[in-house]
Amino acid sequence: MAPILELKAVDKSFGGLHVTSKVSFAVMPGEISAIIGPNGAGKTTLFNQITGHLRSDAGAIFFKEENIVGRSPQQIVARGMGRAFQIASIFPDETVLDNIRAACLSRLGQTRKFWRSVVTFRQATEDAHAILDSLGLDSQADRLAFELAHGDQKLLDIGIALALKPALLLLDEPTAGMSPDERQHTRALIKKLWKAFDLTLVFIEHDMDMVFGIAQVVRVLQQGALLAEGTPEEIRANKQVITAYLGEDF
Amino acid sequence: MTKETAMNFKAATLWGMIVVLFALVPVLASSPYQINLASHVLIWSLFAVSFNMLWGVTGMLSLGQALFYGLGAYSVGLLVNYLGSAWYLPGIGIGLLAAALLAFFLGLLVIRVGGVYFTMLTLAFGQLAWQITFKWYDFTGGDDGIQGIMPPGLLGNKTAYYYFLLVLVLVSIWILKRMAYSPFGLILRCVQQNPDRVRFLGRRVRRNQLRIYIISSFFSALAGSLMVGVDSSIHTDMLYWTTSGEVILMSVLGGINQFFGPFVGAVAIILIEDYVGAYTEYWSLIIGTIMLVMVLGFPKGLVGEARRLIMRFGRTETGR
Amino acid sequence: MDASFFFTQFVSGLTMATLLFLVASGLTLIFGVGNVFNFAHGSFYMLGAYFGYQFVTVWGNNFWLSLVLTAVCVGLVGMVVEAVFLRRIYGRANEGGFQILLTYSFILIIDDLVKLIWGTEYKSLPRPQGFQGAFQAGDIYFPAYNLLIIAIGLFVVVAAWWILSRTRAGRVARAAATDREIVGVLGVNVPRTMTLVFGIATALGGMAGALAAPLRTVTPGAGIEVIIDSLIVVVLGGMGNFWGAWFGAILIGEVNAFAVAFVPKWATLFSFLVMVIVLVFKPEGLFATRKIRKL
Ligand SMILES: Nc1ncnc2c1ncn2[C@@H]1O[C@H](COP(=O)(O)OP(=O)(O)OP(=O)(O)O)[C@@H](O)[C@H]1O
Ligand SMILES: [Mg+2]
Repeated sequence: MAPILELKAVDKSFGGLHVTSKVSFAVMPGEISAIIGPNGAGKTTLFNQITGHLRSDAGAIFFKEENIVGRSPQQIVARGMGRAFQIASIFPDETVLDNIRAACLSRLGQTRKFWRSVVTFRQATEDAHAILDSLGLDSQADRLAFELAHGDQKLLDIGIALALKPALLLLDEPTAGMSPDERQHTRALIKKLWKAFDLTLVFIEHDMDMVFGIAQVVRVLQQGALLAEGTPEEIRANKQVITAYLGEDF
Repeated sequence: MTKETAMNFKAATLWGMIVVLFALVPVLASSPYQINLASHVLIWSLFAVSFNMLWGVTGMLSLGQALFYGLGAYSVGLLVNYLGSAWYLPGIGIGLLAAALLAFFLGLLVIRVGGVYFTMLTLAFGQLAWQITFKWYDFTGGDDGIQGIMPPGLLGNKTAYYYFLLVLVLVSIWILKRMAYSPFGLILRCVQQNPDRVRFLGRRVRRNQLRIYIISSFFSALAGSLMVGVDSSIHTDMLYWTTSGEVILMSVLGGINQFFGPFVGAVAIILIEDYVGAYTEYWSLIIGTIMLVMVLGFPKGLVGEARRLIMRFGRTETGR
Repeated sequence: MDASFFFTQFVSGLTMATLLFLVASGLTLIFGVGNVFNFAHGSFYMLGAYFGYQFVTVWGNNFWLSLVLTAVCVGLVGMVVEAVFLRRIYGRANEGGFQILLTYSFILIIDDLVKLIWGTEYKSLPRPQGFQGAFQAGDIYFPAYNLLIIAIGLFVVVAAWWILSRTRAGRVARAAATDREIVGVLGVNVPRTMTLVFGIATALGGMAGALAAPLRTVTPGAGIEVIIDSLIVVVLGGMGNFWGAWFGAILIGEVNAFAVAFVPKWATLFSFLVMVIVLVFKPEGLFATRKIRKL
């Protein structure tokens, strides 16, 4: 089977600072994998390159067997990639429902419709409720997004990405800033969503329970380079990784 | 669904009241002056509401919408002046088309830059248009403007013209309102709140900004062209930056996050202007002070603050 | 084109450039340090012209003393305005728009206050003693007052360069322009710095107004013309870039001076033309220090 996402020697530097260098790996369809690494390792930057937010300086990124370097985020999203952000990226003054509904409308190609009220778009509304349901946010559908608790805002961000029905979903630290209880809940939720929506999922995490609990493949990024890649067991046993990164955690 | 029906009913009642109120003006008016005043209120309302689609909805603070307002007015005025009053209605059409085209090309230029830059560039281009009109005396009449522009036939009657503009203004506002609550309107609000996220919804931010810039300019031009028949004249002041400023003030006063905010603001400003204007020449001191107070103390505007009060009041009433 | 004509226009262009620079540098300074767009900056220029008129023509003070007094007074007004009004909206959502609206309301209020105090007639200021005539070099005449303005402008440029690169305050200002957070970390009182910057910038604008008064008549409403010209200058140079403003001012000053000579009626259009060309090819300005904020 061909990989759904493949990075080949991808580079990015800001001024003289090499933030990612020669990163290569392949993600298989249906896989759930984690990217870990110390603060400032370049994880978010790598996501930005994959999603077209930043243009890679060198290398190639194949998504569904097509090189997407130089493509705009819009084009990449249209090909079936979704993304949630490290700091929840939502539409604060809209209702929770409309946050998701905007994404559903976008997927259905209905955002140019200017005559009927959004309320009358049945398909988008039903889809939006279904997604809110699966996230456990449906009871808050009519609240304004900025009123939500921090953890719920992170979930809403994931919901917006899910509403695009992506084949590949990238999550940047989904549990960042959550309480231990919320973390546990989110961990289970993400695993459930991965199955329910038939996703290929790549997430960045600092929470090791989550990484070793649900990822099939773990990749370690250090100072912009891929240090190791393997199953959780392999990574746990990897001397380099232990000394470089996991040392403090174990 | 009962909640929605109730809301629809409320909206329909509101619309009905507005229509009836304005339709009755010529019947109840004791002088032509009152019809004239009502015309001003209507036209400025349209201008302000279409401006607010840019600012309140999409977050693009343009200080140059007078350019399009003036373009609409001058298209009609100049065509009638040089080719005869039969060109009045075609002039409106030509002005609208010209406004849409100009907004497209100008938009390509000014939308590439954001924030303060956008505001200042729209101001600069607006003033450029004003200067050209001001200095091209032979063609535009410069500072003197052009007087005595009459609509043809039946529209020459002030009451008939009032109903003509009443229909056009209300239909336009209705169209804009539908737009504001449609998926397109939702995306525009998203563009204001989080443009980056909009890109990751797969939507193009600038494309949507350009669309609403063209639409807003189109209706601004319509407002301008309708004004010609009300005052029977065109004047360079229509293009001056303070005209753009006036719609901003109306929007702030009424409330930029409410669809009907600018409408209420326009009504208030025109009436205050009419009343206070008779007593003082220091009008800008007054509107400056109003603006200062609104920005510092009541950024939600009259409608927004009223809503907040009603909600607080309602909550304590039903809450316990 | 003979040499005398060329030099006359050139000097006139430099004069305008200097005045523009004094206003635009303040505008760019406030934006660079505080991320505030002072739409009313031209009104401080106008206020400077009227203060100059009041000090010199009405109260009969010495021109030089008046110039200093004007700068100080306008600067003080600027500081009060910043501390009392502008400060209240820092950090608010949609701050950019509200800044423009608030400073817009200042324009309206200052315009009318000026009318209330000084009336609507044109006011004029005599040139200072010893600068009424012109220097002659060959068959070329240089108006002495213009040369004086240019000299003052050069002095301000050199002083600004010295302050920005050699003093602690200057380094703080430059740091603030690139990274706002760092300034707080350095233990600087950010609000007070902002008030001070606002004071300095408006003082420069006020001084420009007083200097310009003998050349152009003073009227209410002069502020908006100046703000648009300065705006073009700032857009050309890149917002927040001090040297960009200097270059932009000279460009616009000279373009204007020669346009006035060749096509007097349409001269004002040329600065717009330059701006459009720059915008098409380099929307962030010729010397942008940072990427412009996207909408
Ligand atoms: N736009 C930028 N310009 C300059 N430097 C940048 C930029 N974006 C990121 N960096 C730098 O690149 C490095 C990697 O940043 P990145 O956000 O990718 O790290 P990360 O691995 O996601 O860290 P964290 O775990 O803290 O989120 C950091 O040193 C950061 O300062
Ligand atoms: Mg990160």
